[in-house]
Amino acid sequence: MKVGRVRLDIRKKAFSVGVVGHWHSLAGFQASLGRNSEDVRCKCICPPYKDHSGHIYNKNVSQKDCDCLHVVEPMPVPGPDVEAYCLRCECKYEERSSVTIKVTIIIYLSILGLLLLYMVYLTLVEPILKRRLFGHSQLIQSDEDIGDQQPFANAHDVLARSRSRANVLNKVEYAQQRWKLQVQEQRKSVFDRHVVLS
Amino acid sequence: MLWEFFPCCDWETLKAVCWKGCCERGVPELCSASAIPAARCHWDGWYSGTEGAHLGGTQPGAGRKPWNAAGVWVGDGSEAPSGFLLPALALSHCLGTLPASALLLPFLSLPWGAPGWSRRAQEVYGSSWRRRMVSHGPWGHWLSWGLEALAMDQKGFRRGSSQSGTSDEDMLEIAGASMEFSMADDDPPLDREMGAGFSSYNGGGMNGTSTMMDFLEEPLPGVGTYEDFNTIDWVREKSRDRDRHREITNRSKESTWALLHSVSDAFSGWLLMLLIGLLAGSLAGLIDISAHWMTDLKEGVCLAGFWFNHEHCCWKSNTTFTDRDKCPEWKSWSQLILGHGEGAFAYILNYFMYVIWALMFSLLAVLLVKGFAPYACGSGIPEIKTILSGFIIRGYLGKWTLVIKTITLVLAVSSGLSLGKEGPLVHVACCCGNILCHLFTKYRKNEAKRREVLSAAAAAGVSVAFGAPIGGVLFSLEEVSYYFPLKTLWRSFFAALVAAFTLRSINPFGNSRLVLFYVEFHMPWHLLELVPFILLGIFGGLWGAFFIRSNIAWCRRRKTTRLGKYPVLEVIVVTAITAILAFPNEYTRMSTSELISELFNDCGILDSSKLCEYVNDFNSTKGDDLPDRAAGPGVYTAMWQLALALIMKVFITIFTFGMKVPSGLFIPSMAVGAIAGRLLGVAVEQLAFYHHDWAIFSGWCSPGADCITPGLYAMVGAAACLGGVTRMTVSLVVIMFELTGGLEYIVPLMAAAMTSKWVADAIGREGIYDAHIRLNGYPFLEAKEEFSHKTRAMDVMRPRKSDPPLTVITQDTMTVEDVETIVTSTTYSGYPVVVSRTSQRLVGFVLRRDLIISIENARKKQDGIVSTSIICFTDYCPPLPPSSPSVLKLRSILDLSPFTVTDETPMEIVVDIFRKLGLRQCLVTHNGKLLGIITKKDVLKHIAQMANQDPDSILFN
Repeated sequence: MKVGRVRLDIRKKAFSVGVVGHWHSLAGFQASLGRNSEDVRCKCICPPYKDHSGHIYNKNVSQKDCDCLHVVEPMPVPGPDVEAYCLRCECKYEERSSVTIKVTIIIYLSILGLLLLYMVYLTLVEPILKRRLFGHSQLIQSDEDIGDQQPFANAHDVLARSRSRANVLNKVEYAQQRWKLQVQEQRKSVFDRHVVLS
Repeated sequence: MLWEFFPCCDWETLKAVCWKGCCERGVPELCSASAIPAARCHWDGWYSGTEGAHLGGTQPGAGRKPWNAAGVWVGDGSEAPSGFLLPALALSHCLGTLPASALLLPFLSLPWGAPGWSRRAQEVYGSSWRRRMVSHGPWGHWLSWGLEALAMDQKGFRRGSSQSGTSDEDMLEIAGASMEFSMADDDPPLDREMGAGFSSYNGGGMNGTSTMMDFLEEPLPGVGTYEDFNTIDWVREKSRDRDRHREITNRSKESTWALLHSVSDAFSGWLLMLLIGLLAGSLAGLIDISAHWMTDLKEGVCLAGFWFNHEHCCWKSNTTFTDRDKCPEWKSWSQLILGHGEGAFAYILNYFMYVIWALMFSLLAVLLVKGFAPYACGSGIPEIKTILSGFIIRGYLGKWTLVIKTITLVLAVSSGLSLGKEGPLVHVACCCGNILCHLFTKYRKNEAKRREVLSAAAAAGVSVAFGAPIGGVLFSLEEVSYYFPLKTLWRSFFAALVAAFTLRSINPFGNSRLVLFYVEFHMPWHLLELVPFILLGIFGGLWGAFFIRSNIAWCRRRKTTRLGKYPVLEVIVVTAITAILAFPNEYTRMSTSELISELFNDCGILDSSKLCEYVNDFNSTKGDDLPDRAAGPGVYTAMWQLALALIMKVFITIFTFGMKVPSGLFIPSMAVGAIAGRLLGVAVEQLAFYHHDWAIFSGWCSPGADCITPGLYAMVGAAACLGGVTRMTVSLVVIMFELTGGLEYIVPLMAAAMTSKWVADAIGREGIYDAHIRLNGYPFLEAKEEFSHKTRAMDVMRPRKSDPPLTVITQDTMTVEDVETIVTSTTYSGYPVVVSRTSQRLVGFVLRRDLIISIENARKKQDGIVSTSIICFTDYCPPLPPSSPSVLKLRSILDLSPFTVTDETPMEIVVDIFRKLGLRQCLVTHNGKLLGIITKKDVLKHIAQMANQDPDSILFN
């Protein structure tokens, strides 16, 4: 019974090794990202056995060598006990791409940072700039624009969208303005009127 | 010469069928009833009137022939040979016995000695065979074939008769115009010169408008689009796509470039799926890696490189067997600040840092959501369900929503709140789908086609969220999608595959798996264990119903009271409570995915967690498989800690779901179920260990046997709770067994999922997503429930008896000013167009948005359009005195095939029509006269009223 089980396990392991190996050849770009030798490990966890305490072995070996006999060095038990000891050890081959992790975290943090900066700019800096440049009248006027809800105003908007704009700066300005209006509208419907997403 | 073809027609019918283009635009089956007489008149006119000229075969275009068949088939009898032969052919065609009839055909045709007939019939048959449509069954197939042939016929016939030097479009226009005339006075014009005469008679106006018509062939930007918070008309969108497709197919024969275009058009759907899969998979990888890192950031930091999380930090270092979590590179905050990690002060410092980080993450999340994309909050699945059913929420699937949802999802998950990333990942994937749709004209311009893509994107989202591609496809089918044809199924399959592949190659967890809590065990289970599994199912159902009730009550409170005014404060308070309660208990301190992973895990001899602290006999010679053992003190500690964790999760999740941060529900529900399952599993295990002499255990739990797997109970419990909350069945079981890789647990999972669905359905009818849809009043027509009340269309339609009559536009008598007055004084989103106010005979339906845009555009760009200009929806406008301003022709924006029912139609049928066709509105007629209108909103209100709910809760139309 025991022997059968072990054999089954080995077969299972061999199968998974085959699958994972196949994966390697497919995911070639991972290799090109520069997987250094630190990115693979074979970790064997061996439970206490007789008077030996439990131990974790960690070694950088190739996948086919990832078993107790190759990784557990020095072997704590004498020859006849090796098989019994190794049967209880569990060896796992693992790999990662530290470059991917590094790049991902840095990308994530920089996007988050940019967003926070932009938020600070929009909430603190821009109102001050505007007030200094245009005075109060501009702000009030833009508020009135938002309140414009005639049916034909919408058509103006739609038709204006197709019109080509003179220069890039205007375009950006216009896009930003439109985006701001959209967000304001979304904010109204989500936080004030509670019509969606409540 | 045009008129020679239609001398005997019933003009009403012909207009209704041939020229409204009903069959091209709508669903073929539905115009079947009127198609036959039209076909017949066409046939009669053609072959009795101009047989000599046309049967002689000047241009025997393939397209015109099918009508011979259709015409005679209805039993005209004017032509003896075909009168017998072709009905037989038609019949066999309908029965789908093509080979038999094909064999029969030449034989039958012989006695009459009319080889021409038989040849024609064979051609007919051949062409229909090629054009076989799959979806309508043999009967609808016949009809749709005929209708398609009609369209083909018109085309070929127009081409054929264009020798007079005018273009095809002109001919069409004249034909239509003359027909309108003939319809008005029921007296067909005599010859073509008459038609031509009209056009010259109308002078400048007509010429001006005909160029205008050419201009309108390129639709105005905005025409055919929808306003925010409106419902799309699936029928209209689908027919537009069919038109477009037909045009591309026709053109592809003309040049190589057009052929390439048609090939790339056909291929673009798959390319889009590939892109969606790649993008969704990469974003899921980004979210997984960042969330894992940030979660660990609450506890400490890695000195070997700040970007590593705890596990990856200790990747290389040698850890000891007893303290395998500790490694020199990883420093907890107290170690970093105080220099040591022991003692009460260090604990307090760690506690403080944990809470501070949690608060900071959630604060950032809610501020970003509020500042940049309010639509990024919540789970997103109720809204996506509604959008897929045809609702429009502009910006909900936009770029900013995508960015903010991705970024804040990481923050929300790592703040330790009781929420998951699975639902929001579906939203993220749908955003990817929607954004990538803009690359392809086919999907950019058609809302219905775009929804097919979104269905597939939802599948890709679940595929990466759970690492379960098939489960994702089924989830999209069972839970999210409204319209899911086979083509979308295959595309979803492909998108899910690509997404899973991408995520796997990123390998976010370093375990070569797609999810953190992948488990693999293959212990057998005993039949008697079904009893505890069903108990877990009952628990899951009870919890699901309880959760839905209390969460909806809380959300309603948030929606209606002052609570909703302070979203940021709410998030901060809930985070603070969660973090303060969570830290002392190690099972709530860890991230919920890790908790689930630990609960699912079967205790091996190597596991170090407290859950596995059984009384071990290390000296037994057994290898991997351990017999049932007595629980050690660690297990008992873990049990009451888990019980506390269960109580906390149960209550805190109610307040968390629906806050203004991205929050999914799958993981917390699964955690609740997994904890309950593990508790029960350990209890049963210990029961079996101490009482293996009991009769029920005697057969399978002998001493030293390994008979109870607590991890399996945790898994079943998770499935049960998830099923109780979402009411999924098939997709849930598939997701669970894809997570576990064990096919032998399908039966326990099915039993638990089914029980929990029954129990939960008995307490409350709807799942959490439907409950949220109803709470928000989205116009979602539930396809699962039957409508069984005896009301009729006239009870539901507007206007009601006391209301003023229906606002209509007449086809050729109203001025621009009149129409503008109507548009500004009412808020309806569309207006029926009638022949005249007195007759109320229906012409078509025009949408408010199209009307506004077209009038505005004409006033700007078209000369001579002033307030007193007549707006004319007919193809040919009535003659006007020369001094009057030119006519504004708006036929191109008129929907000539609006859906109508009679006022006596039972509402069951009307509801079914709305559901199955995805209609937006339906006109009601009485004795052929326009009486009123039923919109989707009216139907929803009516359903709500019949179910004794507040009909005003349906907010949008």
